Amino acid sequence: MLWFATRDSNPVRGLSMMSNASCDSPTPVGPFSAWRSLWELYVTRLREFFREPARIFWVYGFPTILAICLGMAFRSSTTETFIVDLVAPSASETESTSTQRAAFETLVEAIQARNNDPQRRPDLPILQFKVVDAPLGWERLITGKTALLARLEGEDGMVYHYDPTRAEARAARAALDDLVQRARGRLDPVRVENQLIQEPGSRYIDWLIPGLIGLNTMGGGMWGIGFLLVNFRRNGLLKRFRATPMPRWHFLSAILGARLTFLIPDVAVLLTVGVVVFGMPIRGSLATAFVVVLAGATAFAGIGLLIASRVSSTEAVNGMMNLVMLPMWMFSGIFFSYERFPDVIHPFIQALPMTQMLDALRAVLLEGAGWPVIWPSVAILMAWGVIPFVVAVRIFKWT
Amino acid sequence: MGVGFLNIEDQVRVFATSSTVSSSSTPERSLGMSDPRGPAIRVEGLTKTYQAKGKAAPVQAVRGIDLEIARGECFGLLGPNGAGKTTTIEILEGLNHPTSGTVEVLGLSWERHDQEIRRRIGVTLQETRFPEKATTLELARLFRSFYPRGLDPAEALARVALTSKASAYVETLSGGQRQRLAVALALVGDPELLFLDEPTTGLDPQSRRQLWEVIGQLRAQGRTIVLTTHYMDEAEKLCDRIAIVDHGRIIAQGSPRQLIDRLGGGHIIIFELEERSPRLEPSAFADLPGVTAVRREAEGYALTVAEPHAAIPSLLDRLADHGRVLKRLDTHQASLEDVFVALTGRHLRDDLDVASPSTNGLGSRVHSNE
Repeated sequence: MLWFATRDSNPVRGLSMMSNASCDSPTPVGPFSAWRSLWELYVTRLREFFREPARIFWVYGFPTILAICLGMAFRSSTTETFIVDLVAPSASETESTSTQRAAFETLVEAIQARNNDPQRRPDLPILQFKVVDAPLGWERLITGKTALLARLEGEDGMVYHYDPTRAEARAARAALDDLVQRARGRLDPVRVENQLIQEPGSRYIDWLIPGLIGLNTMGGGMWGIGFLLVNFRRNGLLKRFRATPMPRWHFLSAILGARLTFLIPDVAVLLTVGVVVFGMPIRGSLATAFVVVLAGATAFAGIGLLIASRVSSTEAVNGMMNLVMLPMWMFSGIFFSYERFPDVIHPFIQALPMTQMLDALRAVLLEGAGWPVIWPSVAILMAWGVIPFVVAVRIFKWT
Repeated sequence: MGVGFLNIEDQVRVFATSSTVSSSSTPERSLGMSDPRGPAIRVEGLTKTYQAKGKAAPVQAVRGIDLEIARGECFGLLGPNGAGKTTTIEILEGLNHPTSGTVEVLGLSWERHDQEIRRRIGVTLQETRFPEKATTLELARLFRSFYPRGLDPAEALARVALTSKASAYVETLSGGQRQRLAVALALVGDPELLFLDEPTTGLDPQSRRQLWEVIGQLRAQGRTIVLTTHYMDEAEKLCDRIAIVDHGRIIAQGSPRQLIDRLGGGHIIIFELEERSPRLEPSAFADLPGVTAVRREAEGYALTVAEPHAAIPSLLDRLADHGRVLKRLDTHQASLEDVFVALTGRHLRDDLDVASPSTNGLGSRVHSNE
């Protein structure tokens, strides 16, 4: 895909021109040494990368830690815990009746009993409660320290204070209300049986690992190519290379090749964490998954190259890259599915390379999909790679 | 206006004429033929205008330069910052495109033979920061791989006395070592023609001398070298021939000796008087025996003389006649700095800008003369 990079891309043609020169008789150069600069540039890039421990941490260590943390956080949450505040009835005889106080005692005991019940139904949350007076409870509620504030009203009434826009508050209210009603003897007329599915492949962590692979691929393409090239330009290195007979496409290919090489351990580490630590299944072909990752990396490298093609300030390129990455961070479903966004913007979301890469990668890894399903995604990714690349090579500023 | 001024204007005319003659006497050769006996570089009518952004006027960095540099010559472009030296050398290196004019490098043109020229030249740029985590030998090997033939990478390092740093990362090198590395990377393709843009700018005196030694050795080997500098001592020490560049034009060309000799005297007497009005005009000293030029410095006067021992007694007599008292008197051998001041009324280094426009209108007069 790099053949159009420069007009002198064919080393053999360059050599024949040189041997026609009348000035001297250069030693004939075999095809191997004509490609040597490509190899040397590639090796130099690899060395430079692996000699920077900080860089290795950010590229490999950080996503691994992130995967493990997020995986742990979401794996251990088969039982939810909600914080609720209960307003204690006043101790004075004039302000509360003994019936009221007894009802409160009953409620507290019922909550404790359910929290500690080893036979507790798995869909019921733990209600971690705090007994408060009314002003404190109100303050904790409006500052978000508790999800729900509950108080007894009269002999057999309950009042719930909560923010209906908080899912956690709504769930806490439902759970507490269920418990209050049951404590007063409510019975369910319909017999319910819960069948819990904890099949690997459908859990959040299984969904997250491909997202992190996509995130890393995008970061690598943007920073590893865009930022790198701008730095080279600022340091005068591009200009220095321009003053040598090195074919320009050797340089760009070496950068791209090195980038794809760094991706191999990166993807391997994340997949290994997924499989070994979280028992994530790999249902499709690993080779197909790798092709998807390569196509994604090409797309992001093309975009990174385009962004970096003329800029010579790191601040400017930083801003531009963030601007380009922001929609993909938000919409492409790295951490959460984009299905929650309105249908009207789905075509826009699906045009983003990150969306295509993640959809295809999840289809291969989690659903065992093959080429018939993913080829459109790979084609879109290749378009995202090639079109910016062609434009970038044409407008690329070496000096 | 005094006699001294006229004198200098005459010199300027002589300089300008001599450079014109040397370039027009070159026989025409067809472009594209690489003649090993022809000049290493031939430039005719080179101009470069940068289009400014917005409403600012376009900047004319190079305003018509003619040059001919022979093979085996060490040629210096000497001039103050912003004179157009780097623009000129980057056009010669194929990194910048001329607005108009012809450029031939090793008898070849950049339009048609760019890759061949690149194979045969070596370049150091004004500021290149090589990857910090690469060793000097690795970089030499990398740059060697760009050329079909060239030196052994270790040999390139040896030529710039960096053998002991072969396995050192670039980040550990001093400024002078980095600059020598840049020269090694320019040498590794065994170029016929070497371009050095401001090779010692920003280096400490010891590093500068080390680099001079390296360049001196390359020169002794008969390699063609083109360098730019704003240090007149550097140009004087390293170059066979020099072109003094100012405001995008060559204002004088020749060997350092020739240029200094054209001042009309090998020595400069600088003196300062105790404050007394009215200030004496420089013309008051122009007719002293052996004085070929007079100019006013910011503090005092500068006389160009052939023999200081003959001129000083008569200068002292003249001061006594005017009833003036000497505050300071120095003499030195005339240098390229004096040539530059004589031609432009300004000093080479901005920070040494002694002569102010109000006391010396010579600079502008020189330009209107061209």
